[in-house]
Amino acid sequence: MKAVFGGLGVPTLMIGAFWAATLITAPFVGISVQTLLSDTIRRAGMNGVLVLAMVPAIQSGTGPNFALPLGIVCGLFALVCSIELNLTGISWLFGSILFSIPLAAAAGYVYGKLLNAVKGSEMVIATYTGFSVTALMSLAWFAVPFKNPKMGWFIGRGLRETIQLDVVGGAQILNNFLMFKVGDVIIPTGMLLVFCFLSALVSLFFRSKTGIAISAGGINPRFARAAGLDVDRNRIWANILSNILGAIGIIIYSQSFGYAQLYSAPLMMAFSAVAAVLIGGATASRANVLNVVIGVILFQGLLTTALPVANEIFKGTDLSEIMRVIVQYGIILYALTQVKRED
Amino acid sequence: MTFSLKGITSWALEYIVTIIFVLFVLFGFLVSRDISMNFFLNELNGRIFRNTFLVLSLIIPVMAGLGLNFGIVIGAMSGQAAIAIARYHELGGVSGMLFCFVVSFFFAALCGYFTGKLYNRTRGQEMIAGLIVGYFANGIYQFLFLFAVGGIIKVPATHPMIIPSGVGIRMTVDLVPAERGGLKYVLDNIYQVPFVYALLAISLAVLATLIIGYCVNRRRGQGYKNRPMSFGFNVLMCVTAAGIAVHAIAAKSNLMKLRPVPVVTGLLIIALCVFTELIMKTKLGQDFRAVGQNRHVAEVSGIDVDRTRIIATMISTVLAAWGQLIFLQNMGTLSTYSAHTQIGLFSVAALLVGGASASRASIKNAVFGAILFNAMFIMSPEIGQSLFGQAVLGEYFRTFLAYGVIGVALGLHVWKANNRN
Repeated sequence: MKAVFGGLGVPTLMIGAFWAATLITAPFVGISVQTLLSDTIRRAGMNGVLVLAMVPAIQSGTGPNFALPLGIVCGLFALVCSIELNLTGISWLFGSILFSIPLAAAAGYVYGKLLNAVKGSEMVIATYTGFSVTALMSLAWFAVPFKNPKMGWFIGRGLRETIQLDVVGGAQILNNFLMFKVGDVIIPTGMLLVFCFLSALVSLFFRSKTGIAISAGGINPRFARAAGLDVDRNRIWANILSNILGAIGIIIYSQSFGYAQLYSAPLMMAFSAVAAVLIGGATASRANVLNVVIGVILFQGLLTTALPVANEIFKGTDLSEIMRVIVQYGIILYALTQVKRED
Repeated sequence: MTFSLKGITSWALEYIVTIIFVLFVLFGFLVSRDISMNFFLNELNGRIFRNTFLVLSLIIPVMAGLGLNFGIVIGAMSGQAAIAIARYHELGGVSGMLFCFVVSFFFAALCGYFTGKLYNRTRGQEMIAGLIVGYFANGIYQFLFLFAVGGIIKVPATHPMIIPSGVGIRMTVDLVPAERGGLKYVLDNIYQVPFVYALLAISLAVLATLIIGYCVNRRRGQGYKNRPMSFGFNVLMCVTAAGIAVHAIAAKSNLMKLRPVPVVTGLLIIALCVFTELIMKTKLGQDFRAVGQNRHVAEVSGIDVDRTRIIATMISTVLAAWGQLIFLQNMGTLSTYSAHTQIGLFSVAALLVGGASASRASIKNAVFGAILFNAMFIMSPEIGQSLFGQAVLGEYFRTFLAYGVIGVALGLHVWKANNRN
């Protein structure tokens, strides 16, 4: 028993039990479990890469990447650039990902430098970096001189708040690749493959020499420095990686969602990603790919099942949204109280 | 006094945020020709009395070394809970407002106690903890207001505050003018004086305090405490303000047409300034300072650090609750699910704009910051309108400024602290 559950913390088990309870309740209130499972898988794949972006940042010792919106706006900018260049379908997808990587790497480099200057308060400064960048990009979305009518308003200037991706043949393009059904459960193979591929990549990276050096710097920076590692440089590398994953993550998210959301949409996205990895058993200073997989399935599973079930039991209220807020921020608070103090 | 390039650079770095804001507002006046001084002062006049109390509520936690208390949103929610109870039972007028002050005191003290406990468990990360606990508390607040009211506590569905389905409180609750037994403008309307008279009175009062302080210091042989440069500057500012007021009264200029000043609200703000100043002179205030400067030294000298920090958080939360009451009676409606959400952001940004940092804040910072931040808020859409023909651009820009100010000020603060070590 302990061998199975030993690695999982109390919060993980609690959320898991709660999710199982809602799943069991579902058929009794007339909701199909298969639909719920389909939705869970889709939403887990959709958010997976964004949650994966937490791993390098946490491992390097800068804490969860609360500045995820920085990576997100890089990804969104690459995405609208691809539309502006009239790319469609698979070339739009690859174009977006390709453009986003150098952009996110450059932003991640500057951000990593910033984090090295503010050691000890990374989390709050990261949060406000994310907020500021989102607000700054609202100006940019409004001011960019893009001409493609697929993104602009009919009158006035600026990009639309939500851009439909089916007009560029981008909606669910990954989900539909090799998609199949088990009973009524839909498996969005393409998206899951990309998620698994990136997870494997991150997992392998942390077995490489650089990856181990990053982890060592995160566990004990003084010891790592004494061993001759350049901790500051490693922190920058980790945050570049995290930022790139955030950028790719939002492209995968948007294609599955069918819309790209600009302006204030990225503002609070970091918190749900942070909550997911923490639910998976990570702490503010240790995380691995397994935490991401478990966390994203449990958290998204809970949200997708609890929504219709709660609405069925308590008709006319928005209890599930309230529950999301409480669970999401509750788990982050719990993790904050567990942060080891250096003094 | 010597002026060196290095001295000026470090001074500019210290007050970079303030300088940017002053330049921004001046720039606004330069580019937007159709904004009149009267419009600007009128807007500013209305906004300052609404916000300053909230900004002042942030000072004590900064002194106690807790940093910027983003958790004041919890205080704001406590205030709103009190208002909701008062409106539900149709309490109004000054006595209704007093009821709100008392009830929110207990709510906020309780919430502040738990927030303080949390801060003690997240030492060194209080600011991010404060931000997150605000979001978390918002979830509980929504649970109480959207579900528990009607879902658990039975209320009549016909009550004007309740959603027609019988569960939850409406998105907006009208506070009803004070004359009809409500809470709208209940404090503001008790007694009002024309703007210029208030300006004259305040500038003369400040002038008197300055001069008395200067003389007392000399009499006690503490003349070294006096800084002739800043004293001269302050006196000059007061005399100018008084002069403008006298001129406006004598010439019956446009300034006479400004919206009157709510005296009671103003007195409450002044009372809080005095309270903050006095509490720092008590044993408790000295403990705040000691804990804020060095926790270990404070611990060794026999101060109960954890308890002191909890008290500081409780005071701040209670003051924020009262600040939100003042804010809401001035707004006239309670936006049940959104009125509190931006309070933390705007109050903290205002305090930082006034020249405070995460470890140093004064009444001057809070009052000056509230004025300057509101000035920016008024000017921003005007600048967007006159430069780009788009007011919305200015609105995006001011949101960016609010977030950016906090990011830059906190970043610089930590960077400087890290360099010192």
